[in-house]
Amino acid sequence: MGTWIIARLTFREAVRRKIVLTGFLLGVAFILLFSVGFYYINQERLTNNAFQSPITADAFYNTITLTGLYVVNFLMVVMAALVAADTLAGEISTGTIQSLAAKPLRRSEIVLGKWLGFAILLALYVLLMAGGILLSTSLQSGYRMPNMLVGLALMYLAALVVMTITIACSSRLSTLATGGLVIGLYGLAFVGSWVEQIGSVMNSPAAVQVGIVSSLLMPSEAIWRRAAHEMTAPLSRMIAFGPFSTASVPSNAMLIYSGVYLLAALWVAVRQFNRRDL
Amino acid sequence: MTSEFAIETHELRKLYGDIVAVGGLTLQVQQGEVFGFLGPNGAGKTTSIKMLLSLIAPSTGSARLLGEPLGSRSVRSRIGFLPEHFRFHDWLTGREFLTLHGELYGMAKERLRPRIKELLDLVGLAPFEHKLLRTYSKGMLQRIGLAQALLNDPLLVFLDEPTSGLDPIGRRLVRDIIHDLRQKGTTVFLNSHLLSEVEITCDRVAFIKQGEVVQTSQLKSLVDGETSVTIRCSEPTPDILNGLEQFGKNLRANGDTLTLTVSEEDCLPAITRYLVAQGVDVYAIIPQRLSLEDLFIQVVGTDGGL
Repeated sequence: MGTWIIARLTFREAVRRKIVLTGFLLGVAFILLFSVGFYYINQERLTNNAFQSPITADAFYNTITLTGLYVVNFLMVVMAALVAADTLAGEISTGTIQSLAAKPLRRSEIVLGKWLGFAILLALYVLLMAGGILLSTSLQSGYRMPNMLVGLALMYLAALVVMTITIACSSRLSTLATGGLVIGLYGLAFVGSWVEQIGSVMNSPAAVQVGIVSSLLMPSEAIWRRAAHEMTAPLSRMIAFGPFSTASVPSNAMLIYSGVYLLAALWVAVRQFNRRDL
Repeated sequence: MTSEFAIETHELRKLYGDIVAVGGLTLQVQQGEVFGFLGPNGAGKTTSIKMLLSLIAPSTGSARLLGEPLGSRSVRSRIGFLPEHFRFHDWLTGREFLTLHGELYGMAKERLRPRIKELLDLVGLAPFEHKLLRTYSKGMLQRIGLAQALLNDPLLVFLDEPTSGLDPIGRRLVRDIIHDLRQKGTTVFLNSHLLSEVEITCDRVAFIKQGEVVQTSQLKSLVDGETSVTIRCSEPTPDILNGLEQFGKNLRANGDTLTLTVSEEDCLPAITRYLVAQGVDVYAIIPQRLSLEDLFIQVVGTDGGL
């Protein structure tokens, strides 16, 4: 019960502080820009008779759509870190948490409530952004991404992982330190992921190991690569090296690890907040 | 389980590394009492309140609230708390804020709605119930915070500096609310710097210094109790002075001015009669009650415990 009250409060805060409105307007602007771009590229293809065969047309649309989703993925990660960084740290430093924590409420309900509130927020965001991109390409060209739902679910998982680790940091560190740490971790995973890609193409097992270790520290980028792999057209998969093709595909084990990582981060958040003097 | 004490602490300590925030708080507050918690800045008053509310974990020691150990959720549903600085979610309206906290107390809608109306009227914020807390003045925030602390008809209310931001009208309101709470038998734990307020509202006070109770006093006995008397008269002989000591203590003579501490005011006529009988001309005899502020300085010292 307490969890749900706090979740509603968290969501309402995002609405009141215009986070939802800003996110929505920027999201719509992004989708419009993407749609206009897609329109002209598509016109160009039709007039030049390029990529005419169904397989190449498929790969063509697939790459453009993945580009859009790649940006959506990045925006979601940033959004997840931004909204969650201040949530516990900020309330502890201003003291607003005191009147909440003195109520007949478990501390864990405060943490889980905030997590749930942000999880709902991110779900709406992924539906708006990724849904907008997929709808736009589908309406303009009739193209349907393969494994669309699996891809979206994985992108959502990546955002949840980032949001959860942010809350865990926020239960102990200040807002700024939390933001810095999470963005740092994400940067590490991002670079590590490319080292792994290049290493895989160049047949360097050591470089691949570096990438895997960085993914263990922050699995969000690995989850995205798996999502991209799932949604990549068969022809593009054969090219094996490009911005969205994945030379080294994160395994199911990595996905399971990500789920465990998320639960562990949530557990750490609850535990640290339980012990924290407010 | 019922207990005669609303608050009972035993050697409650809080250490931050080597720094002692609260050095062993032992006190008992009876049910229905309005209890003032006094001490200089940094004496550990707020830390003590936070320990009692389970916002801060004590390093050692134990305490019971309403007969149950610290941290019990069922106790927290019977407690009200107005935090110091009263920082609340300022993107909520007054009504939304009270609704949220009522829900957190687990209050049903049917009970919560009339209660919110009642409290908004009580603290005079009914015209502002749909305004965001962000637009409230400091005094208004304190009032809405007070309403929040009373939502659940608590048995025990902690007020941390409830009048510090208020104008005289607001302070009067707080005083009246505390008066009503006392009538209802609610225990009030009041942490305040405004000693004149405490003097009017509290039954008993504890002075704390470096997180330890230095003294607890019944305010009634304080008011009725020891009085310093200043006497202006023609210069008395040493024999007369010796005779005066039967009435009180701390006798000091400085030319035609005598000061003396007596246990109660009732002995003033006897002193006058004695002096007149000894042939002394009495020009003035002035009782000076020890104010709470005097007592505070006496107990805590002017160094503020630093």
